[in-house]
Amino acid sequence: MLRYSLKRLMSLGLSLLAASAVIFLAIEVVPGDPASYMLGINAQPDTISALREELGLNVSALSRYVTWVTGMLTGDFGTSYTYRTPVVDMIGDRIMISLPLAIYALTLSTLIAFPAGILAASKRGSVTDVSIMGATQLGVAIPNFWFAMLLVVVFSINLRWFSAGGFPGWDEGLFVGLKALTLPAIALALPQASILARVMRSALIDTMNEDFIRTARAKGLTRRQAMWRHALRNAMIPVLTIIGLQFSFLMAGAIIIENVFFLPGLGRLVFQSISQRDLIVVESVVMLLVFAVVLVTFLVDIAYAAVDPRLRGRS
Amino acid sequence: MSFLQIENLNMSIYGIDILKNVSLSAAKGEIIGVIGESGSGKSMTAFSVMNLLPAGAGVSGEITLDGQDLLAKSEAEMCAIRGSDIGMIFQEPMTALNPVKTIGDQVAETVLIHGNATRSEARAIARDTLNRVGLPAEQFPLSRYPHELSGGQRQRVVIAMAIALRPKLLIADEPTTALDVTTQAQILDLLKQLVAEDGMCLMLITHDLGVVAEVADHIVIMKTGEVVESGETHALFRDMQHPYTKALFAASSHVPDKGDARGSKKPLLEVRNAVRDYTMPRKSVFGKPQSFRAVNDVSFVLHDGENLGLVGESGCGKSTLTRAILGLEALQGGEIRIDGVPVEAGTHMSHDLRRKMQVVLQDPYGSFNPRHKVARLIAEPLHLLEVEPKGAERRQAVEEALISVGMQPSDADKYIHEFSGGQRQRIAIARALILRPDLIILDEAVSALDVSIRAQILDLLTDLSSRLNLSYLFISHDLSVVCSVTDRVMVMNAGQIVEHGKTEDVFTNPQHDYTKTLIAAAPSLKDALEKENN
Repeated sequence: MLRYSLKRLMSLGLSLLAASAVIFLAIEVVPGDPASYMLGINAQPDTISALREELGLNVSALSRYVTWVTGMLTGDFGTSYTYRTPVVDMIGDRIMISLPLAIYALTLSTLIAFPAGILAASKRGSVTDVSIMGATQLGVAIPNFWFAMLLVVVFSINLRWFSAGGFPGWDEGLFVGLKALTLPAIALALPQASILARVMRSALIDTMNEDFIRTARAKGLTRRQAMWRHALRNAMIPVLTIIGLQFSFLMAGAIIIENVFFLPGLGRLVFQSISQRDLIVVESVVMLLVFAVVLVTFLVDIAYAAVDPRLRGRS
Repeated sequence: MSFLQIENLNMSIYGIDILKNVSLSAAKGEIIGVIGESGSGKSMTAFSVMNLLPAGAGVSGEITLDGQDLLAKSEAEMCAIRGSDIGMIFQEPMTALNPVKTIGDQVAETVLIHGNATRSEARAIARDTLNRVGLPAEQFPLSRYPHELSGGQRQRVVIAMAIALRPKLLIADEPTTALDVTTQAQILDLLKQLVAEDGMCLMLITHDLGVVAEVADHIVIMKTGEVVESGETHALFRDMQHPYTKALFAASSHVPDKGDARGSKKPLLEVRNAVRDYTMPRKSVFGKPQSFRAVNDVSFVLHDGENLGLVGESGCGKSTLTRAILGLEALQGGEIRIDGVPVEAGTHMSHDLRRKMQVVLQDPYGSFNPRHKVARLIAEPLHLLEVEPKGAERRQAVEEALISVGMQPSDADKYIHEFSGGQRQRIAIARALILRPDLIILDEAVSALDVSIRAQILDLLTDLSSRLNLSYLFISHDLSVVCSVTDRVMVMNAGQIVEHGKTEDVFTNPQHDYTKTLIAAAPSLKDALEKENN
């Protein structure tokens, strides 16, 4: 198990290094010089070159890459070209919204999907199963921004239970913060929960047809006992894979929902930075998202091994 | 009334009759053998006793165990009976255990689920039971996982789960079919011993007459859901009444008419000092990778027109050798020549060379693309020809190949799922024949077939071999099959050929210890009956 974890950790490090190189190169080839963009079309060449100097753009690409990577290792992500504030502070503010939102949505999605998937699988072919599967079909089909607007209409405008958008900040208290994130989290969780419930159901049904379930039944376990004791853990591998993918998506892919609810999250930050040629911010946020994805993949790998002893290797 | 009594059992699944008036009985301490080919209803009879039938099943008749009417029991009552009064063992030990739970937990679960034991008591019983089935604590602690055990060891764990509560009835559904002959002999011995010690009744379901003849007191022969004959084992074999019993008996000891030995002195396949190593995972990150020698210095010659057998148990390297001969894997030493031309693995191998040999594999279900029609499946090797036949010519080649294996030309327009296992294997042979190869490698080609179908395929193979002057390299774990169709035989163990010679000589007078063990372990109907008569 330890050897397996170390191996995964090594591949995590290598993935990050490779990703940083790719991100840096991709941004290098993007047309548009930040300095001339910031100063406008009428800027004098010497003003531009002065600004380039100030932004540290006139040294070689390699040394800029090294500065960037070593800076990140020490927590220095550079300074935003546009706002002239440390990138790390900008990201810090945003991540305090994006990360809790992702975790909130994923928790909701798991809490909905597990019971729904298990119930549907255990009552396969029944009215319950058909209704749950119908609902998940709908959940996958509905665009989440539309569902988000629907939530706003019902819960903010008509019932007035939640505010329609914005984020008061965590200083107002945990409950206030969570309350502000509730509608966005529900909007994000709906399609994820639908997918997860379907995966859970089919994985469980597949596992229930395995030979070892028959063996368990021959020992005297009821169908329900065989499912809880033997099938569930075996069905977790595909479910964990999907959860991992969903978390990565929720971290970065919430741009539309952030816009609907006016949440200053990472998605909106990337969007703004790209349109303002604030390349250093783009680079850093993308790198951060890659880090989150790679980290989640690592955690999922560890979870695989915890679930399935065959992956632990000869320990 | 007998201990286990099945009276007029009828069972249908969604209206299709599966079992028709099945009646059988067995006493305590007795082994009853239920024999039949696939689809005979033998497993369904067992699942009826367990009341673990698939959805849509309707049962009528009577099943009593020790005076209890099992069919009248509720599901909750059956759950209490399963595992405590009736234990069951299954065919496939590789998948019968939950891969994510330790063997200790799985055996202890039988005890825990039926109450009356604390966790530590249950683990103590699990330990005792594993010891009883030959898995001692030093090598097999309770914390082992199924994937750390071999097939035979896993089957012992399944047996331990079934007998942990000392059931009155043990049902074993093809318990040794997936195992090697030597392992099979050990498992059968273990079952016999457990029956003797616990005085339980064993219902042994198998397709192998040799296995039951050696073990069972009583035999029930089933065909398409009906019992066609039953009786005391040796009396039944001595005085067979039903034509199906006779046919089954004849098929299981069937020896095809080989005709005259044709072997010329011209070598067709030469294997010289073949070595195949596999790289194993590194033990430590910077350590040297370990290697495993699957084929170790193997040399032999197969002459034109000769049928050569290769016998060995799983893991002996016979499949690896096959892949090397077919040019699918490179050797690490030695060489292989077909007709004097060296075989080189991978894309370097010339079409000319590939054309000379074809292969028929074990699984008649898995070796075809289900989305292609038979015509396309059979014609697939034709691309190896310099001028690939098109249109009517191609069709004619396909039809000829089908006719030569006893199928109809019209079968070319069907899909593979429309055929039975035996027919699929005929189609596989047709695919191998279409290029008129010199050598066909038959890798366990009849192992998955029922005895009567197997006899037909063996007849077909010997007929084709003499008609088309084909050579076979016949690879199998089944000694009786190899014995019946080959001129010469080689015995392989742990990557090496330990014995080779004329087939009769090797089987009647084995020299190497391993060959002796192998022959002694193979269940033989003839031997079992002779032993009884003497």
